[in-house]
Amino acid sequence: MKGKVWKFGDDVDTDIIIPGRYLVLRDEKELAACVMEGCDPDFSEKVSEGDIIVAGKNFGCGSSREHAPIAIKGAGVAAVVAESFARIFYRNSINIGLPLIEAKNVSKNVSEGDIIEIDVDKGILKDLDTSEEFEIKPLPEFMLGIMNEGGLINYLKNHIGEIKG
Amino acid sequence: MGMTMAEKILAKASDKSVVEAGEIVMANIDIAMTHDLTGPLSVESFEKIGVEDVWDPEKIVVVFDHQVPADSLDAVGNHMIMRKFVEEQKINNFYDVREGVCHQVLPEKGHVLPGEVIVGTDSHTCTHGALGAFSTGIGSTDMAMVFATGKLWFKIPETIKFDITGQLKDNVFAKDVVLNIIGKIGADGATYKACEFGGEATRAMSISDRMVMCNMAIEMGGKTGLVEPDQKTINYLKGRTTKNYEIMKTDGDAKSLETVHIDVDDLEPQIACPHNVDNVKPVSEVEGTHIDQIFLGSCTNGRISDLRTAAKIMKGKEVAMGVRMLVIPASREVYTKALDEGLLRTFVDAGALVCNPCCGPCLGGHVGLIGPGEVSLSTSNRNFKGRQGSPEAEVYLSSAAVAAASAVTGKITDPR
Ligand code: SF4
Repeated sequence: MKGKVWKFGDDVDTDIIIPGRYLVLRDEKELAACVMEGCDPDFSEKVSEGDIIVAGKNFGCGSSREHAPIAIKGAGVAAVVAESFARIFYRNSINIGLPLIEAKNVSKNVSEGDIIEIDVDKGILKDLDTSEEFEIKPLPEFMLGIMNEGGLINYLKNHIGEIKG
Repeated sequence: MGMTMAEKILAKASDKSVVEAGEIVMANIDIAMTHDLTGPLSVESFEKIGVEDVWDPEKIVVVFDHQVPADSLDAVGNHMIMRKFVEEQKINNFYDVREGVCHQVLPEKGHVLPGEVIVGTDSHTCTHGALGAFSTGIGSTDMAMVFATGKLWFKIPETIKFDITGQLKDNVFAKDVVLNIIGKIGADGATYKACEFGGEATRAMSISDRMVMCNMAIEMGGKTGLVEPDQKTINYLKGRTTKNYEIMKTDGDAKSLETVHIDVDDLEPQIACPHNVDNVKPVSEVEGTHIDQIFLGSCTNGRISDLRTAAKIMKGKEVAMGVRMLVIPASREVYTKALDEGLLRTFVDAGALVCNPCCGPCLGGHVGLIGPGEVSLSTSNRNFKGRQGSPEAEVYLSSAAVAAASAVTGKITDPR
Protein backbone atom coordinates (compact mmCIF):
# COMPACT_ATOMS: atom_id res chain seq x y z
CA MET A 1 0.00 0.00 0.00
CA LYS A 2 1.36 3.40 -1.01
CA GLY A 3 -0.21 6.83 -0.53
CA LYS A 4 0.08 10.54 0.17
CA VAL A 5 0.16 11.67 3.82
CA TRP A 6 -2.33 13.94 5.58
CA LYS A 7 -1.13 14.81 9.06
CA PHE A 8 -3.09 15.26 12.29
CA GLY A 9 -2.02 15.65 15.93
CA ASP A 10 -2.58 13.75 19.20
CA ASP A 11 -5.98 12.82 20.67
CA VAL A 12 -7.97 13.26 17.45
CA ASP A 13 -11.42 12.54 18.88
CA THR A 14 -14.56 11.21 17.25
CA ASP A 15 -16.25 14.63 17.45
CA ILE A 16 -13.47 15.99 15.26
CA ILE A 17 -13.76 13.07 12.84
CA ILE A 18 -17.53 13.33 12.57
CA PRO A 19 -19.45 15.88 14.69
CA GLY A 20 -22.59 14.75 16.56
CA ARG A 21 -25.02 16.65 14.35
CA TYR A 22 -24.17 14.34 11.42
CA LEU A 23 -24.84 11.08 13.25
CA VAL A 24 -28.34 10.96 11.83
CA LEU A 25 -26.63 10.05 8.54
CA ARG A 26 -25.65 6.48 7.70
CA ASP A 27 -24.57 6.62 4.07
CA GLU A 28 -20.80 6.24 3.62
CA LYS A 29 -20.56 9.03 1.01
CA GLU A 30 -22.74 11.49 2.94
CA LEU A 31 -20.65 10.88 6.06
CA ALA A 32 -17.44 11.21 4.03
CA ALA A 33 -18.49 14.70 2.91
CA CYS A 34 -18.14 15.93 6.54
CA VAL A 35 -15.10 13.89 7.59
CA MET A 36 -12.57 15.68 9.86
CA GLU A 37 -14.77 18.76 9.75
CA GLY A 38 -13.97 19.47 13.41
CA CYS A 39 -10.40 20.49 12.56
CA ASP A 40 -10.25 20.95 8.78
CA PRO A 41 -13.59 21.78 7.12
CA ASP A 42 -12.09 21.39 3.62
CA PHE A 43 -10.50 18.00 4.23
CA SER A 44 -13.16 16.02 2.38
CA GLU A 45 -12.46 18.05 -0.77
CA LYS A 46 -8.69 17.83 -0.51
CA VAL A 47 -8.35 14.12 0.22
CA SER A 48 -8.14 11.64 -2.68
CA GLU A 49 -8.63 7.93 -3.03
CA GLY A 50 -5.69 6.01 -1.58
CA ASP A 51 -4.35 8.78 0.67
CA ILE A 52 -3.18 7.92 4.17
CA ILE A 53 -3.86 9.70 7.47
CA VAL A 54 -0.90 9.94 9.85
CA ALA A 55 -1.54 11.05 13.44
CA GLY A 56 -0.10 11.04 16.94
CA LYS A 57 -1.30 9.16 20.00
CA ASN A 58 -4.82 8.12 21.01
CA PHE A 59 -6.42 8.53 17.58
CA GLY A 60 -10.20 8.05 17.61
CA CYS A 61 -10.79 8.67 21.31
CA GLY A 62 -14.30 9.44 22.52
CA SER A 63 -17.54 8.07 21.24
CA SER A 64 -18.38 4.55 20.05
CA ARG A 65 -19.87 5.98 16.85
CA GLU A 66 -18.94 3.69 13.97
CA HIS A 67 -19.80 6.65 11.76
CA ALA A 68 -16.18 7.80 12.39
CA PRO A 69 -14.27 4.98 10.63
CA ILE A 70 -17.08 4.74 8.04
CA ALA A 71 -16.60 8.43 7.15
CA ILE A 72 -12.81 7.99 6.87
CA LYS A 73 -13.15 4.87 4.72
CA GLY A 74 -15.87 6.53 2.64
CA ALA A 75 -13.53 9.42 1.85
CA GLY A 76 -11.20 6.94 0.17
CA VAL A 77 -8.53 6.93 2.89
CA ALA A 78 -6.56 3.70 2.45
CA ALA A 79 -5.27 3.44 6.03
CA VAL A 80 -4.80 5.37 9.25
CA VAL A 81 -1.32 5.34 10.76
CA ALA A 82 -0.94 6.52 14.34
CA GLU A 83 1.27 6.13 17.37
CA SER A 84 -1.66 4.62 19.25
CA PHE A 85 -5.41 4.21 18.85
CA ALA A 86 -8.34 4.48 21.22
CA ARG A 87 -9.91 1.10 21.93
CA ILE A 88 -13.42 1.31 20.48
CA PHE A 89 -12.28 3.10 17.32
CA TYR A 90 -9.67 0.39 16.83
CA ARG A 91 -12.22 -2.43 16.96
CA ASN A 92 -14.73 -0.56 14.82
CA SER A 93 -12.17 0.11 12.08
CA ILE A 94 -11.00 -3.49 11.86
CA ASN A 95 -14.63 -4.64 11.91
CA ILE A 96 -15.50 -2.56 8.84
CA GLY A 97 -12.20 -3.32 7.08
CA LEU A 98 -10.38 0.02 7.48
CA PRO A 99 -6.68 -0.83 7.96
CA LEU A 100 -5.05 0.72 11.04
CA ILE A 101 -1.29 0.80 11.41
CA GLU A 102 0.41 1.42 14.74
CA ALA A 103 3.97 2.74 14.47
CA LYS A 104 6.13 4.55 17.03
CA ASN A 105 7.51 8.08 16.36
CA VAL A 106 5.84 8.21 12.99
CA SER A 107 3.93 11.47 13.45
CA LYS A 108 7.03 13.48 14.35
CA ASN A 109 9.10 12.20 11.46
CA VAL A 110 6.76 12.05 8.50
CA SER A 111 5.62 15.29 6.81
CA GLU A 112 2.33 16.19 5.21
CA GLY A 113 2.42 15.47 1.50
CA ASP A 114 5.13 12.79 1.77
CA ILE A 115 4.48 9.50 0.04
CA ILE A 116 4.67 6.53 2.39
CA GLU A 117 4.71 2.86 1.60
CA ILE A 118 3.36 0.25 4.01
CA ASP A 119 4.36 -3.38 3.87
CA VAL A 120 2.19 -5.14 6.43
CA ASP A 121 3.77 -8.56 5.86
CA LYS A 122 7.29 -7.27 6.47
CA GLY A 123 6.08 -4.98 9.25
CA ILE A 124 7.71 -1.90 7.73
CA LEU A 125 6.49 1.59 6.91
CA LYS A 126 8.77 3.66 4.67
CA ASP A 127 8.69 7.38 3.92
CA LEU A 128 9.68 7.46 0.25
CA ASP A 129 10.60 11.18 0.43
CA THR A 130 13.12 10.73 3.24
CA SER A 131 13.79 6.97 3.00
CA GLU A 132 13.21 6.73 6.74
CA GLU A 133 11.75 3.43 7.92
CA PHE A 134 9.44 2.69 10.86
CA GLU A 135 8.54 -0.58 12.45
CA ILE A 136 4.84 -1.51 12.48
CA LYS A 137 3.24 -3.17 15.47
CA PRO A 138 1.57 -6.33 14.14
CA LEU A 139 -2.21 -6.81 14.49
CA PRO A 140 -3.19 -9.54 16.96
CA GLU A 141 -3.76 -12.77 15.05
CA PHE A 142 -7.46 -12.85 15.84
CA MET A 143 -8.01 -9.37 14.37
CA LEU A 144 -5.86 -10.18 11.38
CA GLY A 145 -8.28 -13.02 10.68
CA ILE A 146 -11.22 -10.60 10.67
CA MET A 147 -9.32 -8.10 8.51
CA ASN A 148 -8.28 -10.77 6.00
CA GLU A 149 -11.84 -11.97 5.60
CA GLY A 150 -12.94 -8.41 4.75
CA GLY A 151 -14.35 -7.34 8.12
CA LEU A 152 -16.56 -8.75 10.85
CA ILE A 153 -19.76 -9.15 8.81
CA ASN A 154 -18.04 -11.42 6.29
CA TYR A 155 -16.22 -13.20 9.10
CA LEU A 156 -19.55 -13.90 10.77
CA LYS A 157 -21.12 -15.14 7.57
CA ASN A 158 -18.29 -17.69 7.33
CA HIS A 159 -18.08 -18.71 10.99
CA ILE A 160 -21.45 -18.15 12.62
CA GLY A 161 -21.99 -21.85 13.22
CA GLU A 162 -18.75 -22.26 15.21
CA ILE A 163 -19.35 -19.07 17.19
CA LYS A 164 -22.88 -19.97 18.20
CA GLY A 165 -21.51 -23.39 19.21
CA MET B 1 -2.56 -16.18 42.02
CA GLY B 2 -5.74 -14.17 42.39
CA MET B 3 -7.78 -12.42 39.75
CA THR B 4 -9.25 -8.95 39.34
CA MET B 5 -12.98 -8.30 39.33
CA ALA B 6 -12.88 -7.73 35.56
CA GLU B 7 -11.04 -11.02 35.05
CA LYS B 8 -13.47 -12.95 37.25
CA ILE B 9 -16.52 -11.59 35.45
CA LEU B 10 -15.11 -12.29 31.98
CA ALA B 11 -13.90 -15.75 33.03
CA LYS B 12 -17.38 -16.69 34.17
CA ALA B 13 -18.95 -15.26 31.01
CA SER B 14 -16.63 -17.33 28.83
CA ASP B 15 -17.05 -20.54 30.87
CA LYS B 16 -13.48 -20.56 32.13
CA SER B 17 -12.13 -20.89 35.63
CA VAL B 18 -9.05 -18.75 35.04
CA VAL B 19 -8.20 -16.01 32.54
CA GLU B 20 -5.17 -13.77 32.25
CA ALA B 21 -4.77 -10.20 31.04
CA GLY B 22 -4.01 -10.10 27.31
CA GLU B 23 -5.89 -13.33 26.59
CA ILE B 24 -8.75 -13.16 24.06
CA VAL B 25 -12.02 -14.78 25.13
CA MET B 26 -15.44 -15.19 23.58
CA ALA B 27 -17.87 -14.04 26.27
CA ASN B 28 -21.61 -14.53 26.62
CA ILE B 29 -23.42 -11.21 26.85
CA ASP B 30 -26.05 -10.62 29.54
CA ILE B 31 -27.43 -7.28 28.34
CA ALA B 32 -27.00 -5.53 24.97
CA MET B 33 -28.13 -1.90 24.86
CA THR B 34 -28.56 0.33 21.87
CA HIS B 35 -30.13 3.77 21.33
CA ASP B 36 -31.78 5.91 18.69
CA LEU B 37 -28.55 7.31 17.27
CA THR B 38 -26.28 4.26 16.93
CA GLY B 39 -29.11 1.70 16.81
CA PRO B 40 -29.98 2.10 13.12
CA LEU B 41 -26.40 1.30 12.04
CA SER B 42 -26.44 -1.76 14.31
CA VAL B 43 -29.70 -2.95 12.76
CA GLU B 44 -28.32 -2.36 9.27
CA SER B 45 -25.19 -4.41 10.07
CA PHE B 46 -27.29 -7.15 11.71
CA GLU B 47 -29.41 -7.43 8.58
CA LYS B 48 -26.28 -7.88 6.46
CA ILE B 49 -25.28 -11.02 8.40
CA GLY B 50 -28.36 -12.77 7.08
CA VAL B 51 -29.70 -14.14 10.38
CA GLU B 52 -33.46 -13.73 10.84
CA ASP B 53 -33.87 -13.47 14.61
CA VAL B 54 -31.84 -11.93 17.40
CA TRP B 55 -30.35 -14.43 19.85
CA ASP B 56 -32.51 -13.42 22.81
CA PRO B 57 -34.95 -10.49 22.71
CA GLU B 58 -35.18 -10.41 26.53
CA LYS B 59 -31.50 -9.48 26.77
CA ILE B 60 -31.71 -6.53 24.40
CA VAL B 61 -32.61 -3.06 25.68
CA VAL B 62 -33.44 -0.17 23.35
CA VAL B 63 -33.58 3.39 24.66
CA PHE B 64 -34.44 6.59 22.77
CA ASP B 65 -32.53 9.47 24.31
CA HIS B 66 -30.20 11.29 21.91
CA GLN B 67 -32.79 13.02 19.76
CA VAL B 68 -36.04 13.02 21.70
CA PRO B 69 -38.45 14.27 20.71
CA ALA B 70 -37.28 13.97 17.09
CA ASP B 71 -35.99 17.33 15.87
CA SER B 72 -35.60 16.49 12.17
CA LEU B 73 -36.89 14.12 9.52
CA ASP B 74 -33.61 12.20 9.73
CA ALA B 75 -34.10 11.74 13.48
CA VAL B 76 -37.69 10.57 13.18
CA GLY B 77 -36.54 8.24 10.39
CA ASN B 78 -34.06 6.67 12.80
CA HIS B 79 -36.78 6.31 15.43
CA MET B 80 -39.00 4.54 12.91
CA ILE B 81 -36.23 2.08 11.97
CA MET B 82 -35.77 1.22 15.64
CA ARG B 83 -39.49 0.94 16.43
CA LYS B 84 -39.87 -1.48 13.53
CA PHE B 85 -36.89 -3.54 14.70
CA VAL B 86 -38.25 -3.67 18.25
CA GLU B 87 -41.62 -4.86 17.00
CA GLU B 88 -40.27 -7.44 14.56
CA GLN B 89 -37.81 -8.89 17.06
CA LYS B 90 -40.34 -8.80 19.94
CA ILE B 91 -38.08 -6.72 22.19
CA ASN B 92 -39.98 -5.90 25.37
CA ASN B 93 -37.31 -3.78 27.03
CA PHE B 94 -38.00 -0.79 24.84
CA TYR B 95 -37.98 2.72 26.29
CA ASP B 96 -39.40 5.16 23.75
CA VAL B 97 -39.04 8.97 23.94
CA ARG B 98 -40.49 9.27 27.42
CA GLU B 99 -37.93 7.57 29.66
CA GLY B 100 -34.57 9.36 29.61
CA VAL B 101 -30.83 8.83 29.05
CA CYS B 102 -29.84 5.19 28.49
CA HIS B 103 -27.16 5.06 31.18
CA GLN B 104 -29.64 6.25 33.80
CA VAL B 105 -32.60 4.20 32.53
CA LEU B 106 -30.69 0.88 32.45
CA PRO B 107 -29.83 0.72 36.16
CA GLU B 108 -33.13 2.32 37.23
CA LYS B 109 -35.12 -0.36 35.43
CA GLY B 110 -33.07 -3.17 36.92
CA HIS B 111 -31.15 -4.15 33.80
CA VAL B 112 -27.76 -3.82 35.49
CA LEU B 113 -26.66 -6.54 37.90
CA PRO B 114 -23.32 -7.19 39.59
CA GLY B 115 -21.16 -9.80 37.88
CA GLU B 116 -22.85 -9.47 34.49
CA VAL B 117 -21.38 -8.54 31.12
CA ILE B 118 -23.12 -5.56 29.54
CA VAL B 119 -22.35 -4.00 26.18
CA GLY B 120 -23.87 -0.91 24.59
CA THR B 121 -23.37 1.03 21.38
CA ASP B 122 -22.39 4.05 23.41
CA SER B 123 -18.98 4.75 24.88
CA HIS B 124 -20.36 5.73 28.30
CA THR B 125 -21.77 2.23 28.81
CA CYS B 126 -18.85 1.96 31.25
CA THR B 127 -21.14 3.78 33.75
CA HIS B 128 -22.75 0.48 34.82
CA GLY B 129 -19.60 -0.79 36.45
CA ALA B 130 -20.77 1.35 39.38
CA LEU B 131 -22.95 -1.63 40.30
CA GLY B 132 -20.15 -4.17 39.81
CA ALA B 133 -20.93 -5.26 36.24
CA PHE B 134 -18.35 -5.47 33.45
CA SER B 135 -19.84 -2.95 31.09
CA THR B 136 -18.32 -1.44 27.99
CA GLY B 137 -19.06 0.54 24.84
CA ILE B 138 -18.88 -1.15 21.44
CA GLY B 139 -19.52 -0.17 17.82
CA SER B 140 -22.45 -1.06 15.61
CA THR B 141 -20.83 -4.00 13.81
CA ASP B 142 -19.81 -5.56 17.13
CA MET B 143 -23.41 -5.08 18.24
CA ALA B 144 -24.62 -6.86 15.10
CA MET B 145 -22.50 -9.83 16.17
CA VAL B 146 -24.06 -9.73 19.64
CA PHE B 147 -27.58 -9.52 18.19
CA ALA B 148 -26.85 -12.56 16.02
CA THR B 149 -24.88 -14.74 18.43
CA GLY B 150 -25.17 -13.40 21.98
CA LYS B 151 -21.39 -13.39 22.13
CA LEU B 152 -18.51 -11.01 21.66
CA TRP B 153 -14.75 -11.36 21.86
CA PHE B 154 -12.79 -9.43 24.47
CA LYS B 155 -9.15 -8.99 25.25
CA ILE B 156 -8.91 -9.43 29.02
CA PRO B 157 -7.85 -6.00 30.32
CA GLU B 158 -5.34 -5.17 32.99
CA THR B 159 -6.76 -3.25 35.93
CA ILE B 160 -5.77 0.10 37.39
CA LYS B 161 -7.20 0.39 40.86
CA PHE B 162 -7.63 3.92 42.16
CA ASP B 163 -7.40 3.71 45.92
CA ILE B 164 -9.14 6.93 46.94
CA THR B 165 -8.62 8.02 50.53
CA GLY B 166 -9.70 11.02 52.59
CA GLN B 167 -12.94 12.89 52.93
CA LEU B 168 -14.42 15.36 50.46
CA LYS B 169 -14.98 18.91 51.70
CA ASP B 170 -18.39 20.60 51.39
CA ASN B 171 -19.33 21.38 47.80
CA VAL B 172 -16.65 19.07 46.42
CA PHE B 173 -18.06 16.02 44.62
CA ALA B 174 -17.31 12.77 42.79
CA LYS B 175 -17.07 14.79 39.55
CA ASP B 176 -14.19 16.78 41.00
CA VAL B 177 -12.43 13.57 42.04
CA VAL B 178 -12.71 11.93 38.64
CA LEU B 179 -11.72 15.11 36.76
CA ASN B 180 -8.70 15.35 39.02
CA ILE B 181 -7.74 11.74 38.23
CA ILE B 182 -8.15 12.26 34.47
CA GLY B 183 -6.07 15.44 34.64
CA LYS B 184 -3.32 13.49 36.37
CA ILE B 185 -3.18 10.38 34.20
CA GLY B 186 -4.25 11.90 30.86
CA ALA B 187 -6.81 11.16 28.15
CA ASP B 188 -5.01 7.93 27.23
CA GLY B 189 -3.68 7.11 30.70
CA ALA B 190 -5.85 4.02 31.09
CA THR B 191 -6.23 2.89 27.47
CA TYR B 192 -7.52 -0.70 27.25
CA LYS B 193 -7.60 -0.98 31.04
CA ALA B 194 -10.35 -1.62 33.53
CA CYS B 195 -10.51 1.35 35.94
CA GLU B 196 -11.54 0.13 39.36
CA PHE B 197 -12.40 2.74 41.97
CA GLY B 198 -11.93 1.75 45.61
CA GLY B 199 -10.77 3.08 48.96
CA GLU B 200 -12.68 4.72 51.79
CA ALA B 201 -13.76 7.75 49.72
CA THR B 202 -15.35 5.49 47.08
CA ARG B 203 -17.08 3.41 49.74
CA ALA B 204 -18.49 6.63 51.21
CA MET B 205 -19.96 7.58 47.83
CA SER B 206 -23.60 6.99 46.90
CA ILE B 207 -24.44 4.82 43.88
CA SER B 208 -25.02 8.02 41.87
CA ASP B 209 -21.54 9.27 42.76
CA ARG B 210 -20.03 5.93 41.77
CA MET B 211 -21.83 6.23 38.43
CA VAL B 212 -20.16 9.62 37.89
CA MET B 213 -16.75 8.02 38.46
CA CYS B 214 -17.36 5.02 36.19
CA ASN B 215 -19.07 7.16 33.52
CA MET B 216 -15.83 9.04 32.97
CA ALA B 217 -13.50 6.01 32.83
CA ILE B 218 -13.69 6.22 29.03
CA GLU B 219 -12.30 9.78 29.16
CA MET B 220 -8.95 8.31 30.22
CA GLY B 221 -9.20 5.55 27.61
CA GLY B 222 -10.56 2.93 30.01
CA LYS B 223 -12.41 -0.14 28.79
CA THR B 224 -14.73 -0.03 31.77
CA GLY B 225 -15.14 1.53 35.20
CA LEU B 226 -15.79 -0.71 38.19
CA VAL B 227 -16.70 -0.40 41.85
CA GLU B 228 -16.82 -3.38 44.20
CA PRO B 229 -20.48 -4.00 45.18
CA ASP B 230 -21.40 -3.48 48.83
CA GLN B 231 -24.51 -3.01 50.95
CA LYS B 232 -25.31 0.25 49.10
CA THR B 233 -25.33 -1.70 45.84
CA ILE B 234 -27.62 -4.35 47.30
CA ASN B 235 -29.97 -1.66 48.64
CA TYR B 236 -30.07 0.08 45.25
CA LEU B 237 -31.02 -3.17 43.51
CA LYS B 238 -33.83 -3.99 45.95
CA GLY B 239 -37.14 -3.27 44.30
CA ARG B 240 -35.48 -2.93 40.89
CA THR B 241 -34.77 -6.59 40.24
CA THR B 242 -35.80 -9.99 41.50
CA LYS B 243 -33.03 -11.79 39.64
CA ASN B 244 -30.10 -13.47 41.36
CA TYR B 245 -26.64 -12.05 40.92
CA GLU B 246 -23.11 -12.80 41.98
CA ILE B 247 -20.81 -10.31 43.66
CA MET B 248 -17.19 -10.56 42.55
CA LYS B 249 -14.24 -8.75 44.06
CA THR B 250 -10.61 -8.15 43.12
CA ASP B 251 -8.05 -10.28 44.94
CA GLY B 252 -5.19 -8.31 46.47
CA ASP B 253 -2.60 -10.56 44.79
CA ALA B 254 -4.08 -10.35 41.27
CA LYS B 255 -1.21 -10.29 38.78
CA SER B 256 -2.50 -7.66 36.36
CA LEU B 257 -3.28 -5.13 39.07
CA GLU B 258 -1.68 -1.71 39.36
CA THR B 259 -2.72 0.52 42.26
CA VAL B 260 -2.73 4.32 42.22
CA HIS B 261 -3.32 6.25 45.46
CA ILE B 262 -5.31 9.47 45.46
CA ASP B 263 -6.09 11.55 48.53
CA VAL B 264 -9.05 13.89 48.34
CA ASP B 265 -8.86 15.64 51.70
CA ASP B 266 -7.68 18.94 50.22
CA LEU B 267 -9.29 18.67 46.81
CA GLU B 268 -10.97 21.83 45.51
CA PRO B 269 -13.61 21.89 42.75
CA GLN B 270 -12.09 20.98 39.38
CA ILE B 271 -12.79 22.24 35.86
CA ALA B 272 -11.91 20.57 32.56
CA CYS B 273 -10.98 23.39 30.18
CA PRO B 274 -11.33 23.43 26.38
CA HIS B 275 -10.77 21.28 24.33
CA ASN B 276 -9.71 18.14 26.18
CA VAL B 277 -11.12 16.39 29.21
CA ASP B 278 -7.62 16.00 30.67
CA ASN B 279 -7.00 19.76 30.56
CA VAL B 280 -8.07 20.01 34.20
CA LYS B 281 -7.52 23.00 36.49
CA PRO B 282 -8.70 23.84 40.00
CA VAL B 283 -11.63 26.26 39.89
CA SER B 284 -9.52 29.04 41.44
CA GLU B 285 -7.46 29.23 38.24
CA VAL B 286 -10.41 29.81 35.91
CA GLU B 287 -12.75 31.70 38.20
CA GLY B 288 -14.28 34.71 36.51
CA THR B 289 -14.34 33.19 33.00
CA HIS B 290 -17.41 34.56 31.19
CA ILE B 291 -20.07 32.03 30.14
CA ASP B 292 -22.99 32.14 27.70
CA GLN B 293 -24.72 28.86 28.46
CA ILE B 294 -24.96 26.43 31.36
CA PHE B 295 -26.06 22.85 30.89
CA LEU B 296 -27.07 20.93 34.00
CA GLY B 297 -27.79 17.35 32.97
CA SER B 298 -26.43 14.28 31.07
CA CYS B 299 -25.55 10.73 32.07
CA THR B 300 -22.73 12.14 34.18
CA ASN B 301 -24.51 14.70 36.37
CA GLY B 302 -28.23 14.80 35.60
CA ARG B 303 -29.33 12.78 38.64
CA ILE B 304 -31.57 13.81 41.51
CA SER B 305 -28.60 14.48 43.81
CA ASP B 306 -27.19 16.91 41.21
CA LEU B 307 -30.50 18.74 40.86
CA ARG B 308 -30.82 18.96 44.66
CA THR B 309 -27.33 20.42 44.98
CA ALA B 310 -27.97 22.96 42.23
CA ALA B 311 -31.43 23.96 43.47
CA LYS B 312 -30.08 24.57 46.97
CA ILE B 313 -27.53 27.01 45.56
CA MET B 314 -30.01 28.72 43.21
CA LYS B 315 -33.05 28.94 45.49
CA GLY B 316 -34.45 32.48 45.41
CA LYS B 317 -31.79 33.66 42.96
CA GLU B 318 -31.82 34.38 39.26
CA VAL B 319 -29.79 33.17 36.31
CA ALA B 320 -27.51 36.10 35.38
CA MET B 321 -28.66 38.40 32.58
CA GLY B 322 -27.34 37.29 29.20
CA VAL B 323 -26.80 33.71 30.37
CA ARG B 324 -29.07 30.85 29.32
CA MET B 325 -29.38 27.79 31.48
CA LEU B 326 -30.74 24.39 30.50
CA VAL B 327 -31.75 21.90 33.18
CA ILE B 328 -32.32 18.39 31.82
CA PRO B 329 -33.10 15.63 34.32
CA ALA B 330 -31.47 12.36 33.22
CA SER B 331 -34.65 10.29 33.42
CA ARG B 332 -38.37 10.36 34.04
CA GLU B 333 -37.73 9.00 37.56
CA VAL B 334 -35.36 11.90 38.25
CA TYR B 335 -37.79 14.36 36.65
CA THR B 336 -40.80 13.31 38.74
CA LYS B 337 -38.76 13.33 41.95
CA ALA B 338 -37.50 16.82 41.13
CA LEU B 339 -41.08 17.83 40.41
CA ASP B 340 -42.33 16.49 43.75
CA GLU B 341 -39.51 18.12 45.68
CA GLY B 342 -40.13 21.51 44.06
CA LEU B 343 -36.68 21.63 42.50
CA LEU B 344 -37.98 22.27 39.00
CA ARG B 345 -39.97 25.22 40.34
CA THR B 346 -36.76 26.68 41.75
CA PHE B 347 -35.06 26.38 38.35
CA VAL B 348 -37.97 27.83 36.40
CA ASP B 349 -38.33 30.70 38.89
CA ALA B 350 -34.63 31.40 38.43
CA GLY B 351 -35.13 31.69 34.67
CA ALA B 352 -33.68 28.33 33.60
CA LEU B 353 -35.25 26.21 30.87
CA VAL B 354 -36.30 22.78 32.07
CA CYS B 355 -36.39 20.23 29.21
CA ASN B 356 -37.66 16.67 28.89
CA PRO B 357 -35.26 13.87 29.94
CA CYS B 358 -32.77 13.37 27.08
CA CYS B 359 -29.11 13.95 26.19
CA GLY B 360 -29.79 17.61 25.39
CA PRO B 361 -26.85 19.66 24.10
CA CYS B 362 -24.32 17.13 25.44
CA LEU B 363 -23.32 15.92 21.99
CA GLY B 364 -24.36 18.92 19.96
CA GLY B 365 -26.96 17.04 17.95
CA HIS B 366 -30.24 18.17 19.46
CA VAL B 367 -31.37 21.13 21.58
CA GLY B 368 -29.36 24.04 22.95
CA LEU B 369 -26.39 24.35 20.62
CA ILE B 370 -23.74 27.00 21.19
CA GLY B 371 -22.46 29.33 18.49
CA PRO B 372 -19.03 30.52 17.31
CA GLY B 373 -17.10 32.26 20.08
CA GLU B 374 -19.60 31.24 22.77
CA VAL B 375 -18.67 29.54 26.01
CA SER B 376 -20.57 26.72 27.68
CA LEU B 377 -20.21 25.37 31.21
CA SER B 378 -21.55 21.86 31.30
CA THR B 379 -21.95 19.07 33.84
CA SER B 380 -21.51 16.46 31.09
CA ASN B 381 -18.39 14.46 30.29
CA ARG B 382 -16.82 15.78 27.06
CA ASN B 383 -15.53 19.16 25.95
CA PHE B 384 -14.09 18.21 22.56
CA LYS B 385 -14.00 20.85 19.86
CA GLY B 386 -17.45 21.17 18.32
CA ARG B 387 -19.01 18.85 20.90
CA GLN B 388 -21.91 21.16 21.76
CA GLY B 389 -22.26 23.01 18.47
CA SER B 390 -19.80 25.28 16.71
CA PRO B 391 -16.15 24.14 16.49
CA GLU B 392 -15.30 27.72 17.40
CA ALA B 393 -17.16 27.48 20.71
CA GLU B 394 -15.60 26.48 24.03
CA VAL B 395 -16.87 23.96 26.57
CA TYR B 396 -15.84 23.78 30.23
CA LEU B 397 -16.86 20.81 32.39
CA SER B 398 -17.71 20.90 36.09
CA SER B 399 -19.85 19.53 38.92
CA ALA B 400 -23.48 20.56 39.37
CA ALA B 401 -22.48 22.86 42.25
CA VAL B 402 -20.05 24.87 40.15
CA ALA B 403 -22.62 25.04 37.33
CA ALA B 404 -25.32 26.39 39.68
CA ALA B 405 -23.07 28.94 41.36
CA SER B 406 -21.85 30.10 37.95
CA ALA B 407 -25.39 30.39 36.56
CA VAL B 408 -26.15 33.04 39.15
CA THR B 409 -23.02 35.12 38.52
CA GLY B 410 -22.60 34.52 34.77
CA LYS B 411 -18.96 33.62 35.33
CA ILE B 412 -17.18 30.46 36.46
CA THR B 413 -17.61 30.58 40.23
CA ASP B 414 -16.40 28.53 43.18
CA PRO B 415 -19.52 27.23 44.96
CA ARG B 416 -17.83 27.19 48.36
S1 SF4 C 1 -25.82 12.36 27.95
FE1 SF4 C 1 -24.12 12.81 26.59
S2 SF4 C 1 -22.53 11.35 27.08
FE2 SF4 C 1 -24.43 10.62 28.02
S3 SF4 C 1 -25.27 9.19 26.52
FE3 SF4 C 1 -26.16 11.20 26.10
S4 SF4 C 1 -24.82 12.15 24.56
FE4 SF4 C 1 -23.72 10.42 25.45
